[in-house]
Amino acid sequence: MATDATSYIQHHLTNLTYGELPAGYERVEADGSIVELTEATWTLAHSGQEAADMGFWAFHVDSLGWSAGLALLLMFIFGRAAKNASTETPSGLQSFVELLLEFINNTVKEAFHGSSKLVAPLALTIFAWVFMMNAMDLIPVDVLPTIFGAFGVHFMKVVPSTDVNITLGMSITVFALMIFYSIKIKGITGFIGELTLHPFNSKNMFIQALFIPVNFFLESVALLAKPISLALRLFGNMYAGEMIFILIALMFSGGIALALLGGVLQWAWAVFHILVITLQAFIFMMLTIVYLSMAHEDH
Amino acid sequence: MNINATLIGQIITFAIFVAFCMKFVWPHLIGAMVEREKKIADGLDAANRATRDLELAQQKAGEHLRESKEKAAEIIELANKRANQIIDEAKDAAREEGSRLQAAAQAEIEQDVNRAKEGLRQQVAALAVAGASKILAKSVDEAVHSELLDQLANEL
Repeated sequence: MATDATSYIQHHLTNLTYGELPAGYERVEADGSIVELTEATWTLAHSGQEAADMGFWAFHVDSLGWSAGLALLLMFIFGRAAKNASTETPSGLQSFVELLLEFINNTVKEAFHGSSKLVAPLALTIFAWVFMMNAMDLIPVDVLPTIFGAFGVHFMKVVPSTDVNITLGMSITVFALMIFYSIKIKGITGFIGELTLHPFNSKNMFIQALFIPVNFFLESVALLAKPISLALRLFGNMYAGEMIFILIALMFSGGIALALLGGVLQWAWAVFHILVITLQAFIFMMLTIVYLSMAHEDH
Repeated sequence: MNINATLIGQIITFAIFVAFCMKFVWPHLIGAMVEREKKIADGLDAANRATRDLELAQQKAGEHLRESKEKAAEIIELANKRANQIIDEAKDAAREEGSRLQAAAQAEIEQDVNRAKEGLRQQVAALAVAGASKILAKSVDEAVHSELLDQLANEL
């Protein structure tokens, strides 16, 4: 039971990974035999260990697939709403999307004190997309892996935001935009000044020169902490939520009474999770807006 | 929990999605929303203006009505005055005509009376002469006395 539970959890936490295994790599087959690869091969990993051994140039097919799929779905919905946008009485889909836009537009107007054509669409993208990725958590944990398992796909992690690559990918993009706008608005000297002349400064040139390394260290840490905290906050919340779903799902194998209790708990956690996924999507969006607003501010 | 190229894939997908929203979704929908807002504002404005116009028109109509009523009253008054004047004139004329007719009738009557008096006088003279001649018969010289009687008659 204990190994079962461990392997069940591990199985759920392993991504479907596609990457290159080096020549001479020893693969452990399902029956326990070892096959040595004669040459470097691009393949799907058969275990978490293999996925780790593939190094950086490997792709989590499931995370990427689901996130891109959800992106396409949202683009389709938004695109249709935009294409049929009329100034007359809006239809159902259009008024729904307009509601979302209105909400995001107001949020951006309140929090962002610059003028930018990018920030509002960026906020819309982040909110809608992160919400959808998080919402994959509400599908019972075993449904999609079981379906894909029936087609011979061994690993399937359906919630892209429980993959740190996905959240880091988004926060790095936001970070790049922060740097870009900082330099664009304040100039390269202004940006360097911001990194080196705060929080300590002095009228005395000599003391100021001493302060510069200290300031640079502090400001760099503060700057780098932003994208990392942004990514890890979302990842941590969703990962923990997913973990609890998986742990509750373990109860289904423990007899009828435990299974019933598990069902109730799944339902209760899912209801609570609706709040979490919306909140996390909103926080990611809000922090992005605030960071970009800070990048636009000239001191 | 491996950091790998999924990161890059996600960055690319993210960039495409943001670009799509920026190019095709946001401007269209926000444009439509702004335009609709403007339309509604214009509609409300037009409605306000129409209400104001209606008020003005009603006011004007009321003014016209009052003016024409006043004019009508004036005309009626004038007509009444004129009628009274005509009646007065007619009365005056009638009175004048009446008095004129009365005067004429009186004059005629007087003339008639005079004429009758003349006739009577002559007849009285003749009668008196005839009576006297009958009473005096032969004693009276007709020629001498007729002169006397004529004189008497003239004095009458």
